[in-house]
Amino acid sequence: MADSMKVWSEFIRGITKDNPIFGLVLGLCPTLAVTTSVENGIGMAAGTAFVLIGSNVMVSALRKQIPASVRLPIFIIIIATFVSIVDMLMEAFTPPLYAALGVFIPLIVVNCIIIGRAEAYANKNNVFYSLIDALGESAGFLLVLMLIGGIREILGTGKIVVFGHHLLSVPIEPATVMIMPPGAFLTIAILMAIVNHRKARKLARGG
Amino acid sequence: MVEKALFTILMEGLFIKNFLLIQFLGLCSFVGVTKDTKSAAGMSGAVVFVMALSATVSYLLFTYILVPLKLEYLALISFIVVIAALVQLVEFVVRKNVPSLYRSLGIYLPLISTNCAVLGVVLLNVMADYSFSQSIVFGISAGLGYTIVMLMMSAIRERLTLVNVPSAVQGLPHAFFIATLLSMAFVNYFRVIPI
Repeated sequence: MADSMKVWSEFIRGITKDNPIFGLVLGLCPTLAVTTSVENGIGMAAGTAFVLIGSNVMVSALRKQIPASVRLPIFIIIIATFVSIVDMLMEAFTPPLYAALGVFIPLIVVNCIIIGRAEAYANKNNVFYSLIDALGESAGFLLVLMLIGGIREILGTGKIVVFGHHLLSVPIEPATVMIMPPGAFLTIAILMAIVNHRKARKLARGG
Repeated sequence: MVEKALFTILMEGLFIKNFLLIQFLGLCSFVGVTKDTKSAAGMSGAVVFVMALSATVSYLLFTYILVPLKLEYLALISFIVVIAALVQLVEFVVRKNVPSLYRSLGIYLPLISTNCAVLGVVLLNVMADYSFSQSIVFGISAGLGYTIVMLMMSAIRERLTLVNVPSAVQGLPHAFFIATLLSMAFVNYFRVIPI
């Protein structure tokens, strides 16, 4: 029973305390660049999740074989291999999404979340917990990308359309600036301020 | 297709497609090293150098080794390795010649190898099918565009260190609010040359 509790806490940690964006502040570039819509956010998070799960499992499976002194180059090669796979799969099966995400699919390779988790977690824990960690971090990343994408899409275009389904529309004058670069900076600034505020309040309450 | 003039590429790298404010490449260093102008300048110098160098080397690698051997699918892996090796080289040179700069850059110098801006230049060069001279111009101008924004950002943040802002906004949110305003200015460069 204690074991399943630990699994759950390791998973949920990726969404809350060690959330890639608001907790660890890693991987900002894709977070801001591709979140012009919910759909792009989901696509980016899916690609990143595939790479993160693959690299975490691979690194932890090989952690006893990898010499400590050359571990970073080896991690990078492992990650680059998975990114190449994602790149080719997305180009073949989801061409519109691939075109929208552009250079940011191959750039998953330099996403600090992935090498950060390989170094900080997968290198020290067994395959199962590394998988759970990767799933948790991916879920956290997905939620943040959907949140930012949703805010920007609804304020910038007045509606949310996901994979052809019209989910929501609000009768507001669309502020195009929100789907342009400044909107990304503004959204993340406000969200980070809210997170900081909540953290400070929690700390003040002594918890 | 009409070949893009070098001047157009230069302007795109500097302003229109500015790496930090428009394309969101290299943001880790943008919020991490801009607390004072000296480190920002040092970091920018290193990035310009590595970008120009890796744009050159990766063009030669891609055109004369990967394409003739039909190994384009290895492009990503080989670019990453080339950039990591170049960064190591720059690190040796800086450590030996400018130890004070090496100390102030600290963790960020090795991080250039995972700086998306450098890999971004290389990948965008390949995607846009640039020629040799175009690749180099794009590499240098993207680096200089990065430098301009890093210096502006660090100068603004230096002057704002003593400003009394609400505690929740201190630090990163504050930096992103400044970035919002800077980005608004840069977005208007879109109108100068229609892409």
